[in-house]
Amino acid sequence: MSAAQKRRHGPMGGGGIKPAGEKAKNFKGTMSQLIGYMRPYYAKIILVFVFAIASTVFVVTGPKILGRATDKIVDGYVQRTAYNQFMDNMPDGFKAPAGMTVGDLMEQMPAEARAQIEEKIPKNNLKKVKDLDLSQKPTMDFDGLTQILLWLVALYAVSAGFSYIQGFIMTGVSQRVSYNLRRDISQKINRLPLAYFDRVSHGEVLSRVTNDVDTVSQTLNQSLTQMITSVATVLGVLYMMLSISVWMTLVALVILPISIGLIMLVVRVSQKHFQNQQRFLGEVNGHIEEMYSGHNVIKAYNREQIAVDQFKTINKKLHGSAWKSQFLSGLMMPIMNFVGNLGYVGICVLGGWMAVNGQISIGNIQSFIQYLRQFNQPIAQMASIANVLQSTAAAAERVFEFLAESEEEPDGDKLSAPAQVQGSVTFQDVSFGYRPDDLIIKNFSCDVKPGQRIAIVGPTGAGKTTIVKLLMRFYDVSAGSILVDGVNIKDMKRHDLRDMFGMVLQDTWLYGGSIKENIRYGKLDATDEEVYAAGKAAHVEHFVKTLPGGYDMELNEEASNISQGQKQLLTIARAMVSDPKILILDEATSSVDTRTEVRIQRAMHNLMKGRTSFIIAHRLSTIKDADLILVMKDGNIIEQGNHDELIAQGGFYKTMYNSQFESDDDSVAAD
Amino acid sequence: MLKLKKYVKYYLWQIAAVFILLYFQAQADLALPDYMSDIINNGIAVGDLDYILPAGLKMLGVALIGTVCTVAVGFLAARIAAGISMRLRDDVFEKVESFSLTEFDHFGASSLITRTTNDIQQVQMVVVMMLRFVFYAPIVGVGGVIRAVGKSGSMSWLIAVAVVMILTLIIVLFALAMPKFKMVQKLVDRLNRVTRESLVGMLVIRAFGNEAHEEQRFDDANNDLTKTNLFVNRMITLMMPAMMLVMNLLTVAIVWVGSYFIDAGTLQIGDMMAFIQYAMQIIMAFLMVSMAFVMIPRASVSAQRVFDVLECEPAIKDPKTPQAPKADQTGVVEFKDVSFAYPGADENVIHNVSFTALPGQATAFIGSTGSGKSTLINLIPRFYDVSQGQILVDGIDVRQMSQHDLHQKIGLVPQKGILFTGSIADNLRFGDPEAEQDALEEAAQIAQATEFIDEKPERFETEVSQGGTNVSGGQKQRLAIARALVKKPEIYIFDDSFSALDFKTDAALRRALKPKTKNSTVLIVAQRISTIMHAEQIVVMDDGEVAGIGTHQELMENCEVYREIAQSQLSKEELA
Repeated sequence: MSAAQKRRHGPMGGGGIKPAGEKAKNFKGTMSQLIGYMRPYYAKIILVFVFAIASTVFVVTGPKILGRATDKIVDGYVQRTAYNQFMDNMPDGFKAPAGMTVGDLMEQMPAEARAQIEEKIPKNNLKKVKDLDLSQKPTMDFDGLTQILLWLVALYAVSAGFSYIQGFIMTGVSQRVSYNLRRDISQKINRLPLAYFDRVSHGEVLSRVTNDVDTVSQTLNQSLTQMITSVATVLGVLYMMLSISVWMTLVALVILPISIGLIMLVVRVSQKHFQNQQRFLGEVNGHIEEMYSGHNVIKAYNREQIAVDQFKTINKKLHGSAWKSQFLSGLMMPIMNFVGNLGYVGICVLGGWMAVNGQISIGNIQSFIQYLRQFNQPIAQMASIANVLQSTAAAAERVFEFLAESEEEPDGDKLSAPAQVQGSVTFQDVSFGYRPDDLIIKNFSCDVKPGQRIAIVGPTGAGKTTIVKLLMRFYDVSAGSILVDGVNIKDMKRHDLRDMFGMVLQDTWLYGGSIKENIRYGKLDATDEEVYAAGKAAHVEHFVKTLPGGYDMELNEEASNISQGQKQLLTIARAMVSDPKILILDEATSSVDTRTEVRIQRAMHNLMKGRTSFIIAHRLSTIKDADLILVMKDGNIIEQGNHDELIAQGGFYKTMYNSQFESDDDSVAAD
Repeated sequence: MLKLKKYVKYYLWQIAAVFILLYFQAQADLALPDYMSDIINNGIAVGDLDYILPAGLKMLGVALIGTVCTVAVGFLAARIAAGISMRLRDDVFEKVESFSLTEFDHFGASSLITRTTNDIQQVQMVVVMMLRFVFYAPIVGVGGVIRAVGKSGSMSWLIAVAVVMILTLIIVLFALAMPKFKMVQKLVDRLNRVTRESLVGMLVIRAFGNEAHEEQRFDDANNDLTKTNLFVNRMITLMMPAMMLVMNLLTVAIVWVGSYFIDAGTLQIGDMMAFIQYAMQIIMAFLMVSMAFVMIPRASVSAQRVFDVLECEPAIKDPKTPQAPKADQTGVVEFKDVSFAYPGADENVIHNVSFTALPGQATAFIGSTGSGKSTLINLIPRFYDVSQGQILVDGIDVRQMSQHDLHQKIGLVPQKGILFTGSIADNLRFGDPEAEQDALEEAAQIAQATEFIDEKPERFETEVSQGGTNVSGGQKQRLAIARALVKKPEIYIFDDSFSALDFKTDAALRRALKPKTKNSTVLIVAQRISTIMHAEQIVVMDDGEVAGIGTHQELMENCEVYREIAQSQLSKEELA
C-alpha cells in the first residue's frame, strides 16, 4: 500500500474531534527543534502574533460597542413610549411649556397618582423618563447612533484587514519552512550512506517528503495562528465580560467546566472507536490489497468464496466502529450548543433581573450574550489543536530524525585521483559486514591488472553486488583496503573515485526526460557529438532512428515507452559517454528478444575494450572468458581463479557448473 | 450519486425519520431567537421578572428538544452512512472476486483497490454530510426567511444583499483557486516523481556523481510547488476574514436600519435582535449548501468509479449447463488453432497455436519477453477466453466447464510468488484445506523449502506477514510451488516459476519434482534454456506464433529462433 493511502482519513462528522494520530516520542524536544528551525522567520512570526492579537482585540471590542448602539436605540424607544403615554393622558390641546420635564409634571401631581405612575415605570428607566422634555416630541439620537455604527464598521474592517495580513505573512512563512524542509530532505538523501536505505524503505522516505512535511506546514499555516487567536479571544472575551458584569461572568464560568468535562468525555470515548476504526480500516484495506494483487491465485485455487466470507467478517467489524466513531464525533457540536444555550438562558434570567433593578442596560446584556457565544468556540478549538499538535510533533519528529541520520564521512581535503588512470585494482585483506558483528567478506585479497576481466558468480543472494558497492565506496570496508592504481580509495574524493567507474546495472534506471538527456547523464557536459558517438557504439542509434523524435523522444515515468532491451542499451550508452577506466557490469538474467540480446552483448563488448571490467555474470560464455572468477556463496568469496583452475579444484564452482546441465532423467536414475 | 438509491432503499424508514427529526431540529433552532426576543420584549424591557424565568425554562426545553433531535439525526446518519458503505464494500469486493483478468486489466488492480477503499469512504462521508447538514440547510433557510420576514419584511433585503455578497466571494475565490488547486496536485506528483527517481536511481546518481544535478531538479519542482501553494493558500486565507467582515457588516446594517423602524414604532428591540440571529442562520444555510456544491461533485466522481465496478459484467462466466469433467481422461491439454487478442486490442498476441500436452510429460514454453508464452498459459485456467479456436482439457472445451471444476484440475504457480496472510501451513493448504501435515511436509521437501522452514522456530506455523514481506523472493516462489503440490492437480502450470531460484536450487527442485508429477501434465514457461532442456516437448514462441515444437535436439537442428536463444545462453560445448 502506498504511503499516501495509509494516511489517516477518518470520516469526519463536522465535529471538532480528529482521530489522535500517533504520538511523538519526544514532544517537547521536537517542538523546540521545530521552533529552532523557524529561526530565520522569527521577525515575521512576531509580526504575525502582533497582527493576530490586534485583530482579535478589535473583534472582541465589537459587541461592546454594538451594545452601546443598542442602548441608544433603547433610550430613544423608552423616551418616545413615555412621551406618547404622558401626552395621551393629558387633556386635548395641552402644550407643555418649554423646558418642562416629566419630573416637573409629576411634581404637580398628587402623591398617590405619582406613586402609581412610578410603579409602572421600570426602575432602570425612571431617571430617563423623569428627564424627558415634554415640550417637544423626542426623536432618536440618530447622529450619535450613526457615529457609533461607523466606528464599528471601521473596527470590523481594520480587524478583517489585520486578520488577512496575519494570514498572508503566516502562509509565506509556513510555505518557506516546508520548502526548506523538503530541500533539506532531498539533499540529505544524497548524503546518506547506502546502508541507510537497506533498512528504510523508499516509501518511508517519500512519505517524509510529502505527508510529514505537509502535516507540519498545515499546522504552521492554520493551527498556530488559531492557537494565538483562541487564547487572545478567550482572554479578551473574559476581560470584556468582567467589565460588563462580574456576577454574570461568574455564571458564564460555571458553565465552562461543564462543557470542558463533556468535551473530554466525548473525546475519550470516541478516541477508542476512532482507533478501532483505523485498525479495522487497515485490516480491510490490507485484505483488499492482498486479494486483489493475488487475484489469479485466488481464482486458480477456487478461493473466491472464502475470500468474500473473510472480507464480510472484517467489513462488519469496520462498520461497527465506523458508525460509532462517526456518531460520537458528531455529538460534540449539539452538546456544545446545548451547553451554550444553558448559559444563554442563565444570562437572560440573571441579566433580566439586573436590568429591572437598573444594574445593567439591555445593550450590555446583548453584548454579554454575544461574548458568551464567542467564549465556547475557542475552547473547543483549543481542545482539537492539542490533538493536531500531537500529530504534528510526530510528523516533525520523523523529519528531524531523518535529517539527523549520520551521513557519509565527508571527503575533506583528500587526494585527487591520478590524472592518468591505468585501472589496476587491488583488494588487500578486505573484510566487510553490513553489520559490524556479522562479517560477510573475510580477508579477501586479489590483484587485478589493467584491462583484465573479472567475473563474479554465485547463487542469488550471495552478495555479488557487495563487492561492487565496496569498490565504488557506497560502503566502506570494515578492515583491509582497496587500492586503485596503488591509491587507497579511502584517500580519494568520492566524486573522483566514482568518476573512474562506469556502471551498467540490470536494473535499468532511466529518468523521465529525453533519450539524449538520459545518455548525457553519464557526463553532464558532454557535447551532442559525444552523445551520438556513444549512441552509435552502444547500438542505440539503430532503434532510436525508428522512434518518433529520435534522440529527443521523451521517456515517460516508468520509461515504459521503450522496451527492456532498449533500456539496457541506453544504460550502456550512458556508461560509454562517461568514458570510465573501470567498468562494472551486471548481466541481464531475463532474456529480451534475441536480436536485441545479440546487440546488447556486442555493445557490452565494445564498452569493455581496454577497460578493467567487473562483471556480475550469469552467462557461462562470459564466465569462461574471464581472467578471474570470484565465486561467492552466502556473502563469502569461497573460490577464485579462472574457469579451468576452478573446475580442476573440484569445489563449489564445479558442482554449480555441472548442476545446471545435469539431465533430469540422469538424476532420477541416480536416486 | 443517484445510483445509490439501490442502497438507500434499505434505509428508507430511517431516512424518513431523519427528515422528520431534521424538521423538528430546525424548528427548535429557529424558535430560540423568538424566545429570546420575547424575553427581551416582554421581560427585560418592561421589567417583568415573573415572565423571564418561565420563558427561560421553556426556551431551555426547546433547546433540549433541538439537541435531542440533532443527536438522533447524528446517530441515524452515522448508521445509515456506515451501513451503505459496508454494503457497497461487500458488493464491490464480491464483484471483483468474480472478475476475470480481462476486467483486472481494464481497471488495474491498484485502481480497484482505491475504488473499494477510498472511493467508498468518500461516499460514506458525503452521505453523512448530506443527512446532517445539506438536507437541514434548506429547512432552516426557508424557516429562517419566513420568520425574518415575519419580524420585519422591510429589512429582509439586507439579508439578500449579504447572501449575494458571500456567494460572490466564494464563487470568485473558487474560480481563481480551483485551477491552481489542480495544479498543486500535479506539482506534488512531480515532486514525488523526482524524489522517487532519486531514491530508485541512487546507485546510478552516485556512480556518475550527479548529486548536484538531482538536487537542482528537485529544487525546481520544490520551487514551483511552493509558489503555487503560496498563491492557493493566500486565496483561502482571504476567505475567513472576508466572510466574517460581511457578517459583521450585516449586523451593523440591521441595527442601523432597524433603529429607524424602532423609532417609527414598527419594530420592537427584541425582534431586531432575533432578526440578526435569523440572518446568521440563513447565511449559514447558504454556506452549507455551497459547501455541498463543492463536495457533491467530488463524491459523485467517487460514486461513479464505484458503480463502474459494480455495473461491469465479467467477460468470463460459467456456462448455463456446464459439462462435468470425464473421469477416464486426466490432464490432457489441447490447443486447437488458438488465437488471442487482448480485449479491446486490434492485434492478436497469439496466432493459431496448436499443440497437445499429455499426462506424464513436461511441455515447456520458451521465447523472448513479449513472445506470448505467459499469455498462452493464462488461457488454460480461463483467465482470458480465446478469440479463435478452442482449448480442450480432458476433451472438453474449457468454456463448457464450470470454472470451479476447471480450476480444481489445475495447480498454478504464477510468475511472482504470491503468498497470503496466515501461517505457512495455511498457505500450503490453499488448494486443499483438508491436507494432512504429512502432505505439507512432503510438498515442502520437493519444493526445497524444508531447509528454511526448519530454520524458523515455529516451522509450518510461522506467520507470513501481509504481502509476504518476511519471506524472501526465492522462498516465496518455493512455497508457491509447494502450495501447488499439496493440491495434487492433474495439470501443473509453472509460469516462469524457477527464475527466482538459483541454478542449484532450480536443478534440485526439478529433480525432486519429476517423480511426483509422473502422472500429471506439466506445463513450464521458462527463461533459461537449462531449465527446460530435458522437457519431453518444447514449444518455441516467437512474436505470438509457434516457431517450433519438439525436443531440445530436434529444435537445435531445425528451429532458428531456438538456436539463437540457446547460443546466447550456453557455450558451444554445452550445446553439443
